Amino acid sequence: MPKDGGIGASSKRREDIRFLTGAGNYTDDINLRGQAYVFFLRSDIAHGTINNIDTSAAEGMPGVVKIFTAEDFAGVGGMPCGWQVTDKHGEVMQEPGHPILATGKVRHVGEPIAAVVAETLGQARDAAEAIDVDITELPAVIDMKDALKTDAPKVHDDLKNNLCYDWGFVEENKAAVEEAFQKAAHVTTLELRNNRLVANPMEPRVAVGDFARGTGEHTLYTTSQNPHVIRLLMGAFVLGIPEHKLRVVAPDVGGGFGTKIFHYQEEAFVTFAAKACNRPVKWTSSRSEAFMSDAHGRDHVTTIQLALDADNNFTALRTDTYANMGAYLSTFAPSVPTWLHGTLMAGNYKTPLIYVNVKAVFTNTVPVDAYRGAGRPEATFQLERVIDKAAIELGVDAIELRRQNFITEFPYATPVAVEYDTGDYFATMDKLTEIADLAGFEARRKESEARGKLRGLGVNCYIEACGIAPSNLVGQLGARAGLYESATVRVNATGGLVVMTGSHSHGQGHETAFPQVIAEMIGIDESMIEIVHGDTANTPMGMGTYGSRSIAVGGSAMVRATEKIIAKAKKIASHLLEASESDIELKDGAFSVAGTDKSVAWGDVTLAAYVPHNYPLEDIEPGLEETAFYDPSNFTYPSGAYACEVEVDRDTGQVTIERFSAADDFGNIINPMIVSGQVHGGIAQGIGQALLENCAYDENGQLLSASYMDYAMPRAYDMPFFSVDHSCQTPCTHNPLGVKGCGEAGAIGSPPAVVGAVVDALRSAGKDVTHVDMPLSPSRVWAAMQ
Amino acid sequence: MYNFDFVKPATVDEAVKALADDEAQALGGGQTLIPTLKQRLASPSKLVSLTGIAEMKGVSKQGDTVVIGGGTTHRTVAEEAASAYPGLADLAGRIGDPAVRNRGTIGGSLANNDPSACYPAAALGSGATIVTNSREIAADDYFQGMFTTALEEGEIITEVRFPIPKKSAYAKIAQPASRFPLVAVFVAQYADGVRVAVTGASNNGVFRWSEAEAALSGNFAADALDGLTVASDDMIGDLHGTAAYRAHLVGVMAKRAVAAAS
Repeated sequence: MPKDGGIGASSKRREDIRFLTGAGNYTDDINLRGQAYVFFLRSDIAHGTINNIDTSAAEGMPGVVKIFTAEDFAGVGGMPCGWQVTDKHGEVMQEPGHPILATGKVRHVGEPIAAVVAETLGQARDAAEAIDVDITELPAVIDMKDALKTDAPKVHDDLKNNLCYDWGFVEENKAAVEEAFQKAAHVTTLELRNNRLVANPMEPRVAVGDFARGTGEHTLYTTSQNPHVIRLLMGAFVLGIPEHKLRVVAPDVGGGFGTKIFHYQEEAFVTFAAKACNRPVKWTSSRSEAFMSDAHGRDHVTTIQLALDADNNFTALRTDTYANMGAYLSTFAPSVPTWLHGTLMAGNYKTPLIYVNVKAVFTNTVPVDAYRGAGRPEATFQLERVIDKAAIELGVDAIELRRQNFITEFPYATPVAVEYDTGDYFATMDKLTEIADLAGFEARRKESEARGKLRGLGVNCYIEACGIAPSNLVGQLGARAGLYESATVRVNATGGLVVMTGSHSHGQGHETAFPQVIAEMIGIDESMIEIVHGDTANTPMGMGTYGSRSIAVGGSAMVRATEKIIAKAKKIASHLLEASESDIELKDGAFSVAGTDKSVAWGDVTLAAYVPHNYPLEDIEPGLEETAFYDPSNFTYPSGAYACEVEVDRDTGQVTIERFSAADDFGNIINPMIVSGQVHGGIAQGIGQALLENCAYDENGQLLSASYMDYAMPRAYDMPFFSVDHSCQTPCTHNPLGVKGCGEAGAIGSPPAVVGAVVDALRSAGKDVTHVDMPLSPSRVWAAMQ
Repeated sequence: MYNFDFVKPATVDEAVKALADDEAQALGGGQTLIPTLKQRLASPSKLVSLTGIAEMKGVSKQGDTVVIGGGTTHRTVAEEAASAYPGLADLAGRIGDPAVRNRGTIGGSLANNDPSACYPAAALGSGATIVTNSREIAADDYFQGMFTTALEEGEIITEVRFPIPKKSAYAKIAQPASRFPLVAVFVAQYADGVRVAVTGASNNGVFRWSEAEAALSGNFAADALDGLTVASDDMIGDLHGTAAYRAHLVGVMAKRAVAAAS
């Protein structure tokens, strides 16, 4: 029977009441008295030298408050990068400057050149059109391999070339991997592209800057997944504002998907401009701006090779990837193709030798950074696709080939530095076989063929590393930040709790799921617990939400703080009950003395903490409020097996997803309904990448897919009903909840299943196809059939 | 968008007068013009809304012709032309999404003549007559290339007259992002022959596929099109499909339209 509360209950999302009835408080809902509006004049040229910016005609236009260009920011820092990668020669990456407004050159379409603050947005835009920018256009570099040619134009004149870094991992394994390939009975090689994506959260980015002249305090309201990170980066590295004079608020945020992790120029601009103009300054991105200013995702070009012995055991894997950084380094960009990608190349398999090479490349395009999955989808995609191709070449069953090579013993130390604590890949594959009714596929294929359609099945596994991450480890790997999480649990006198968390909810359902954990621990109703997040003024320093880390890391911090609360409450209860502390038990919201009928209710204990008339003041302080910081000792390793069935129209190449099944192992589950929702959303984005989404530039650096007229977003219409299961549970061994995280799994596991299914469908018609690059548009699928 | 004056006349005559001003622009349902204005890609001094003109709205059957007012929304056509001209009603009912169909008008679509719009295929494929405030224009003379028509400055489409065919159908494959036709074909069988109009495919906008018309006029069956191809030379090639793919789709969609015709 399903639980009606606490851990494991499908409690309905309390936040949805305000989201669905228009009662939310999104960043664009924030309007401050006297606010002005900023419009950014953005480059429509991909690469050029700025000769002159003449703002004289614009200055006197109606409503103009102030016009800013790069000169106004001469005294402040540029946008910082939060991760420094060391290359295979032991040298640190090339790290270009990243100005708030274009300085000397423009380097991608959409880069802000000037900013007009005016009384209204329309006036700001009118004035921006009157700014005369004289730019000498330079040849643009768009293709990554072109960018690495010796005669290629340089994106940054002060760097040696367009190579950010050339990363080898694990460099010491390289020779052994080469040797294994020499000895291999079979080698499968696959070249592929992981298509560039635009995250497209429903709510575009917004930033409102405010400055209190009386106190010297700055406030930034922003669409962020991690307000404390923005406060630290912007305060310390960009504007030089001490943290106690800078408050960052990220209220209700309408979706992030990674692209709202990063610190953006517009945030620094409005904070700076609010002081310079002595009034609040607001920026709301248009959807068109979002396409050319939000960090993009993916964009890898990879050659992967799998070596097998005569018994079809995987003996070695090597992969060469070109990873597009865009024109500047976004906040965490360098980590995505390296530590979030190379470390996952073992996948679910006991391949003993692996070597990963990644060349990160500057191009005249929008910066690329983490997008739902961030490196792990790219790793999963290439690995699972090369296994499918190997199965075709060897004439063996692709599922059996996977099973034969599954890791069987845990903990398992991979050859790419990470150690999986738990997992059971046979269990999820067995569960998938059942829920996807793989046994019935051939009958369904015949039925499709009778209707003139080709039908294909794609099955693959995935593993991901979530719960990022042990701070001392990531520090060694180049992170310029810690990756703990924090929680303050404040118990009120009348027994209700407020939990102030450093995690941030922008759709995940924290306000519902987090109270379930505490309700379970104390034995009280979830409605007694409120979650506060998203405001640096009233939450402890936290690292925010990304990498499926909130329940694993933020939830663990909350558990630790609650444990402290319970420990202190037991002391108070022991005093009230005149019993030894060691005899006090907490159950169903009451403290009792073991073996007696003496008890005191939760509310009596909390009241005593704040009205300490009968209270052990000599031993403990009044009050009931505790803070914990939790730093994980390892990543968590969710895994799973996914199956996709498609129909392909022979005449048009159109693909429809007929069935999609996901069997995931997320460890313990707090709220199964929310987990299912996360998986549904992830699969929808994965299907979007596989079939529809494609961020494309022309050779001059013009963005071809700059609106929804050309960038194909998935619609409900494109989705089947998903069959998802998360009953296979191997709990995480190193966090108190045994949880692993579920936010990105769907987006990681689904693209190879879709592509595998289409390839299988085409092969059923006798087409000699082993791979088709994403997105599998009708045009591409038709071309693959010709 | 830039500032503009806005007028909403109640009669065609008033609208024509209002449009006589330089830089005045007619506004139908606004499904193309409003986004264009919001992007500041157009700056008319005056917008003349045609949505208040009662005489330009409605669907009626007059003998063997369906007459549709130029200001009639796609949704109204989908509902009210369904019995008289089901192929046309089906086309109208599959334009865009409900919001587009509740605002967009037939006159607006034909005046804009987007190379990927649906209505031009119906008008050309039916041999419709485009009636304006000053004259009548045969569809064969009306469409003059991508975004180009026979309309003069300030001329308003007041109604469109569609001869009712014996059979018709519209087959469309949608561009994945915009859901405009990637290629769509309207086929209509009349007593004096078959008309086949193709939209979405050509750099020259909607066109008649005369070889297919000849073949289908002799034998109105999908397999009558076997072996017929259109050249890819003038086909649109873009992110969503190569010219060769579009040329191929013309044949596929034409066959599907014939097979679906009723």
